Amino acid sequence: MSMFADYDQIMERIATQRLWDFPGGVHPVERKSLSNQESIARLPLPELVHIPVKQHIGVNGEIIVNVGDKVLRGQPLSSSDNAFSVPVHASVSGEIIAIDEHVAAHPSGLKELTISIRSDGQDTPFNYEPLSDYSTRSKAEIISAICKAGISGMGGAGFPTHLKSNNVKPIEFLIINGIECEPYITADDRLMREHAWQIRQGIDILNHLLQPKQVLVAVEDNKPEALKTLSIACQQEDHYQVVSVPTKYPAGGEKQLIQVLTSREVPSDGLPVDVGCLMYNVGTCYAIADAVIEGKPLIERVVTVTGEALAKPRNVWARIGTPVKDLLTFAEYDPNKQSYPRIIMGGPMMGFTLSSVQVPVVKITNCLLVPAHKELPLVEDERACIRCSACADACPVSLLPQQMFWHSKAKEYEKAQEYNLFDCIECGACAYVCPSEIPLVHYYRKAKADIRQQQIEKEKAEKARIRFEARKARLQREKEEREEKHRKAAEARKQAMNKDGGVAQDKIAAALERAKAKKAAAQAKAQTSPDEAKKQAQSVPAASATIVTSQDDKQAKVAAAIARAKAKKQERAKQQESAPASQETSAKKVDKPSNE
Amino acid sequence: MSKLKVASSPHHHNQRDTGQVMRLVAYACIPGIMLQTWYFGVGVLIQIALCMLTAIVTEALIVELRKKNTERVIKDSSAALAGLLLGICLPPLAPWWIAVIGSFFAIAIVKQAYGGLGFNMFNPAMAAYVMLLISFPVQMTSWLPPISLAELNFSILDAIYTVFTGFTIDGYSIEQLRVGADGVSMATPLDHVKTSLVEGYTVQEALQTPIMSGAWGLGWAQIAIAYLVGGIALIKLNVINWHIPGSMILAAMLTALILHLADSSQYASPAFHFLNGSLVIGAFFIATDPVSAATTNKGRLIFGASIGVWIIIIRTWGSYPDAVAFAVILMNMAVPLIDYYTRPRTYGHKLKTSAINNSEDD
Repeated sequence: MSMFADYDQIMERIATQRLWDFPGGVHPVERKSLSNQESIARLPLPELVHIPVKQHIGVNGEIIVNVGDKVLRGQPLSSSDNAFSVPVHASVSGEIIAIDEHVAAHPSGLKELTISIRSDGQDTPFNYEPLSDYSTRSKAEIISAICKAGISGMGGAGFPTHLKSNNVKPIEFLIINGIECEPYITADDRLMREHAWQIRQGIDILNHLLQPKQVLVAVEDNKPEALKTLSIACQQEDHYQVVSVPTKYPAGGEKQLIQVLTSREVPSDGLPVDVGCLMYNVGTCYAIADAVIEGKPLIERVVTVTGEALAKPRNVWARIGTPVKDLLTFAEYDPNKQSYPRIIMGGPMMGFTLSSVQVPVVKITNCLLVPAHKELPLVEDERACIRCSACADACPVSLLPQQMFWHSKAKEYEKAQEYNLFDCIECGACAYVCPSEIPLVHYYRKAKADIRQQQIEKEKAEKARIRFEARKARLQREKEEREEKHRKAAEARKQAMNKDGGVAQDKIAAALERAKAKKAAAQAKAQTSPDEAKKQAQSVPAASATIVTSQDDKQAKVAAAIARAKAKKQERAKQQESAPASQETSAKKVDKPSNE
Repeated sequence: MSKLKVASSPHHHNQRDTGQVMRLVAYACIPGIMLQTWYFGVGVLIQIALCMLTAIVTEALIVELRKKNTERVIKDSSAALAGLLLGICLPPLAPWWIAVIGSFFAIAIVKQAYGGLGFNMFNPAMAAYVMLLISFPVQMTSWLPPISLAELNFSILDAIYTVFTGFTIDGYSIEQLRVGADGVSMATPLDHVKTSLVEGYTVQEALQTPIMSGAWGLGWAQIAIAYLVGGIALIKLNVINWHIPGSMILAAMLTALILHLADSSQYASPAFHFLNGSLVIGAFFIATDPVSAATTNKGRLIFGASIGVWIIIIRTWGSYPDAVAFAVILMNMAVPLIDYYTRPRTYGHKLKTSAINNSEDD
């Protein structure tokens, strides 16, 4: 922070009205008087509102109503179950007729989850719970009230206000942004002129929450009335200072305003709080006062409806979810004044064209611009870049738009990023001054989207790679486990087989025993009739008994069987002496042991 | 309601397109051209007309061959401006084919062969001027002293005759016209000083000759002032930045001053360099050509200052009396390098060292 001014230097410069400047910037025709001459009108109650569930940067809250439910004005439709979710509320009383996809307030014109309510015309309010005397409440209670009211930044970014306010770092400057630098838009201008006191109340709440050293309320010097009313509203507080900022687009950009007021630059990868600043839009302050003091959720906002194709351009209080068509009807849109129908949501520099008049007003909708035929002529085809660098001269963040354009067009995204593509705030100053009418911002958006897509794909590929490798490892592990199992099974079988072998041996032993027994019996008998065959039979079983341990049991069994058979034969031969009959049966019996 | 028109932001545009930028530069030349015509006769306008016509016809033919939208390309007025700037630089009574060859070369070779507007590396008018000067040195240096023609009773018809035939109606050649009453061939002050120095005279002696004093010397100075006025108008109208002309003139003046202080007999004063030759027109109208100049502010300062230094160096020690074209072309070649090393620090970034770390680019 050494390269930037410190608190005392800043306060001295502000006291003497010598602010800093940001590089580049442009001075487009303002056309603000088209819409800021009359006070903010109230739009007739819409018959139908379409309330997108997500209107901020973050995640959806959970929907807590069903189709067919009757709801009251201000009743929550979704919960804030997560720190990054902001609830939405019914902006009219009536019946929920659909929870479905509806065309979104987004340049893509894609559909998003939306709750549609048919108004019952009664506008019956929900029972709000105000936070009595916030100065005695804890920080958490106040932040919770802000969150419950569904407030997200109303200057354009839509960052959840409760997240921003839940800050623990020391704040030197709480900056209230009433710059409204886009041409045509006067919503904040009228709000400051007509509701300076309530904005002041919102600032008080933020001051109580954040305890900054100094509050700076910045208003561009093309809004003298707003400067005056806010100065009166803030005059009692010593550390509130209303600052008149020279008109130059885009002075209202968060980074640019911080630079103008403090000379400090928010680090490229950092937040304003890193340089001791925190910034809120005046509309957000108004909504915070509503939320904390009245308990009123954010269900309506000021929208500038302007452009020469409207008979009655002005500012209106529009309920969130009101279809754009209602606002155009109210301002008496004349399609004949346009050679082709074109509606811009937002200002001429950063707004986007709508693809349908059914698009609803959302929390960040500050303007509807309906230009007449020649008011904002469409760009013809781009011409060749003449390298004049008017774009670089206009760039408020000191980029080289021309080089970024070459690289973006050639899809050399790495080089485009080398030229800090992602520091581009898409303010449109470069394309505004380009004499060749090259839609530079369009090229940058496309390049950024492509790069993001590439990153997503890269991450996907990385995940796929990790998955693949994990699978490979798993398969390898399983293979090894299987082999181990097989090895163990084989071992078990072998052991079991060895055991079987023991049994066989026992059997052989038993057979031998039997054979011996028979032999003994035969010997006993042979003693009465000594015979050559008997001697043979005697020797064979003995021989087979000695071999049996090394030979396989079958052979042993065979041998034993033969021995038995011979023994029997001898017996019979002995018996035949008395009855010489059945030789065949004994022959059959020789075969038998092999089948046992 | 019928289908809504979808377009990308911003929807708001500055109403000044490329064609208007080019035409504004051309208009800013008008005071200078008027004075030039006053001093050098209608030949100036003839050269300009010839160059512009040839440039536009060449551009149209080539764009047609390249199958592009001819009308749109011609409407950007860049060819006409290149022709105009070349025409201003040519000697008023140079033969017609000098203008035609030069303009054709500027558009066909220097501009379109590189890809047309925005892609040419060199300033077309200056590259053509250098080509002509090297190829046809006699014709390209045949300047007559200011007002001398008025004394000779030189009519518009004489000018036309001379440009297209080489002789006046009465049959005088340019060489004869250039020889003054005293039999000395008359030249531009820069030429004269250079020749005198070679012949052993001092700068002061050279400046005391009749060619330098009175209306003649004054003529060149007045023309320089007229272009200065036009140039300042361009800065005021935000057509050009002050960086290139400012740094170029300042650097030339400083270099001349240092040399002059070192030896005033050998080196002419800064004022002499400022008021003579094409330093002023070069600074505001030539070096500021967006296509071939540096594109960052820091780069523009380096680009302009380098041209200024080169001009004095070449004027002093080179073989040609004037040097704007050479200096501009030299620095055109250095533009990619200058641009690369003079990238501005983007908001929220620390001072860049990546320009050195990332070796491959452009």
